[in-house]
Amino acid sequence: MRLMSSTAAISALVLLAASPANAEIRIGSILSVTGPASFLGDPELKTLEMLVEELNANGGINGEEVVLIHYDDGGDANTARTLATRLVEDDEVVAVVGGSTTGVTLAVAPVFEENEIPFISMAGAVSIIDPVNPWVFKTPHTDRMACESIYTDLNARGLTSIGLISGQGGFGASMREQCIDVAPEYGITIAADETYGPRDSDMTPQLTSIAATDGVQAIVNPGFGQGPAIVTRNYAQLGIELPLYQSHGVASDAFIELAGEAANGVRLPGSATLVVDLLPADDPQHDVVTAYRDAYVARYNEPVSTFGGYAYDAFWLMVNAIEAAGTTDGEAVREAIENTTGWVGVTGVFNMSPEDHMGLDLSAFRMLEIVDGHWTLVE
Amino acid sequence: MSEFLQFAFSGMTVGAVYALVALGFTLIYNASDVVNFAQGEFVMIGGMVTAFLYASGTPLWLAALLAIAIAAVVGVLLNKLAVEPARGASVVSLIVITIGASIFLRGLAAIVFDKQIHRFPAFTGEDPIGIMGATIVPQSLWVVGGGLAIFAALYVFLTKSVIGKAVLATANNRLAAKLVGINTNHMMTLSFGISAAVGGLAGVLATPITLTSYDMGISLALKGFAAAMLGGMGSPLGALVGGFLIGLIEQMTAGYLSSEYKDAAAFIVILVVLFTMPRGLFGPRVAERV
Amino acid sequence: MQLSAKSWTLIALALCIALAPLAFPSSFYYRIGAVILVNGLAVTGLVILFGYAGQISLGHAGFAGIGGYSAALIPVHFDVHPVLGLLAGAVLSGVLAFLIGRPVLRLKGYYLAVATLGFGILVFIVLNNEADLTGGPDGMSVESLGLRSLSNALGLGLNTSEVWYWFMGLIVLLGAYLALNLHTSPSGRALRSLHDSEVAAGTLGVDVARYKLTAFVISAVYASLAGSLQALLNGFVTPDIAGFLQSIEWMTMTVLGGAATVLGAIFGAGLLTALPQALTVFAEYEHMALGLIMMLVMIFLPTGLLPSLARQFRRGG
Repeated sequence: MRLMSSTAAISALVLLAASPANAEIRIGSILSVTGPASFLGDPELKTLEMLVEELNANGGINGEEVVLIHYDDGGDANTARTLATRLVEDDEVVAVVGGSTTGVTLAVAPVFEENEIPFISMAGAVSIIDPVNPWVFKTPHTDRMACESIYTDLNARGLTSIGLISGQGGFGASMREQCIDVAPEYGITIAADETYGPRDSDMTPQLTSIAATDGVQAIVNPGFGQGPAIVTRNYAQLGIELPLYQSHGVASDAFIELAGEAANGVRLPGSATLVVDLLPADDPQHDVVTAYRDAYVARYNEPVSTFGGYAYDAFWLMVNAIEAAGTTDGEAVREAIENTTGWVGVTGVFNMSPEDHMGLDLSAFRMLEIVDGHWTLVE
Repeated sequence: MSEFLQFAFSGMTVGAVYALVALGFTLIYNASDVVNFAQGEFVMIGGMVTAFLYASGTPLWLAALLAIAIAAVVGVLLNKLAVEPARGASVVSLIVITIGASIFLRGLAAIVFDKQIHRFPAFTGEDPIGIMGATIVPQSLWVVGGGLAIFAALYVFLTKSVIGKAVLATANNRLAAKLVGINTNHMMTLSFGISAAVGGLAGVLATPITLTSYDMGISLALKGFAAAMLGGMGSPLGALVGGFLIGLIEQMTAGYLSSEYKDAAAFIVILVVLFTMPRGLFGPRVAERV
Repeated sequence: MQLSAKSWTLIALALCIALAPLAFPSSFYYRIGAVILVNGLAVTGLVILFGYAGQISLGHAGFAGIGGYSAALIPVHFDVHPVLGLLAGAVLSGVLAFLIGRPVLRLKGYYLAVATLGFGILVFIVLNNEADLTGGPDGMSVESLGLRSLSNALGLGLNTSEVWYWFMGLIVLLGAYLALNLHTSPSGRALRSLHDSEVAAGTLGVDVARYKLTAFVISAVYASLAGSLQALLNGFVTPDIAGFLQSIEWMTMTVLGGAATVLGAIFGAGLLTALPQALTVFAEYEHMALGLIMMLVMIFLPTGLLPSLARQFRRGG
């Protein structure tokens, strides 16, 4: 059930030691911890809970303790809208990080705008920040950038004609649209365009059609969840020789595990999180990413994913802005986020501005290739 | 030709999973007139338990057997704790109960296991078999074979064995069944147990292909229910044919027409069939009792 | 003066809506109240279909999808007020229900369930796939109905949630009034005879097919209006509004509260809408708690929460 599947968890990570004299800073969060996008929301929530504890152990923000109030929207926009109202009117939060999916983000943004509460989203689509909403920011690279990153790599390999096979969920559909939209700028032709449902278990018909299309030189698969793993297995089953590109939606070790040997040779644009050990020590992100990976693995005993990194960046951007503003006044915090420059996060180096509410450029994406079951950097 | 064959293999694989779920529906429906919307959760339990046991070092065959047994126990408990106490409740109340059970089991699985996607190796290798330019993975043969075998076993059980006939009698007229000395409660428990085991087996067979996660049950239940209705509720042959038919329609549509509208094609066919044959393809042709 | 059951129901409903805000600790509860009332409108329609005429539907969210996207799309493409989108959606849903109703309603029981299910899924698939028109799975924003500015112009000074709560209160009262009138009319008696036995009703000269169709069309219009209002309330709509889970949820609300009665179904809507908010304290155990509550209510109160409680109350008092 949609409303029913909406879970919510108040994770009031209150330090027992906090003295009552100290005020507390209430940060709200809405994530899709259950439902079809749970593999986004789950690591995002785990990351937030870890960071709040860490922050409070180090004295909070300017000595004030941070309380995280979290609800699970189950991936449903209507539920998320209700929970956004709850955060604003019942819990009286001063800032919000969250919104695992684009649909949820777009549904809740007006609530925070109306109440002048800064909101940093963890969802992909470019429509969240274009046109700019003064109160809404986001940390992941856009799906448009993922397409551009793939196309740049295609250009380098001299390939110009591709077949798309996209998931029908929000992530796949939005990225498919962006990939079609931006293709002409890179001289790329979309020769075949197929989709699959979020719970489909065999995509050989779509792949057979793509492979049979004249002139297709590579296959691109926007999507997340188990779909891309099945596409990759089916691709190997059919013995297709064309290069296969996945999206940042499957940038985690779980993908390699699920796709098995078929994953070898797959390329995708991912963040530094996946290749921590391959980063040169002088890479600007080296220390940040290593520290995050080590802390997460130590605490949860599971591999980090790119998605938890989005939460890491959103949380610290918000905390740093509140600290810099020296107040929880919405307008001041909002301006402080906009003034963030050169801040090194897990996803990339952020340079926000009133015109750019994401602050990442294409360099935040690294083209990765899976070789012998491991991530490698494509030079 | 090789294209057609590829789409057909794909449709058979997908359809066999639907058929297994539909057969589970059929069995419980035959014994109790209940459509069990938690049927998909049995498939999930089969896959998840096997995946977790296997990952912890249990041999695959043992993990699979344990998973099927656990699914069967959950099925029996579902009947004893939730369906039997609601004896005499209306059809819709029973739907709500089984939906409640499915939400409960999903929530439980998220806690007992996790929210990640899981898989274990195929039984007999992963190398695809090439047939006239098309390919099929060996595990697909396991799923299709499993579907056919379960159908055959159920058919023999329901039409040839005394217990099977008692199950059918229970569904047909509970009072009359009681009068001829059938313990109808036992029959219902039995059918829930077997149905859950069939669901668990479906999870074991299909997971190397479909992958599994705590929330995979609901969409399978939906397709399995649609397959059972297309074939005609209560008919094992209907469940088998309905499952394969839906799988084939979906994958043929995806291959030849439109991958976006493949699910739509399946439901349009179901609607058209039901408009012309209101009890499905193989449903019983009986007049309503007043 | 002897009041009829109809009047009692309306008075009880009006009192509940009017007095509930006294217990609201913050204006967030007006939002919950408004969502409950939107669901209440949809389930009132289902009471006519299921409670009166005995027909199951697992696809009414399809009509909500038509209503929701009519309210979203028609103002954009035809430059008209969203109210016209809402009305056009209702007409469209009614006509569609009329067209598909005849063949669909020939089916019985689970066959009817799967046919309506199929209809709902078809609507969902179209809304999800036609991204150029509907924005695809990420949804699209919906123009404001202008309730807030109306409230300001009238000098009421209500916030968005509050004004929507009172507006929906009036709509649901109106919807309940019409449903209850239908219940006591000759058509309503004919409908209810279907619930007991279609064959018997048929032999008594009731035009079974026509009355079933009437109930189907009316309930489709209710669902469509609820879909439009949900979209307008949120200022945003996604294809989930037409999803299978939404249909199941409404059917569950109808049954859980007490399917034969308008009051019971709206009570069920209140319960299932508010429950997840209350269950947030259970954190990851919330789903288990929700599933358990659904099972327990149906096992121990098989006629639904409100009628069962009322019977207990009468017996005790």
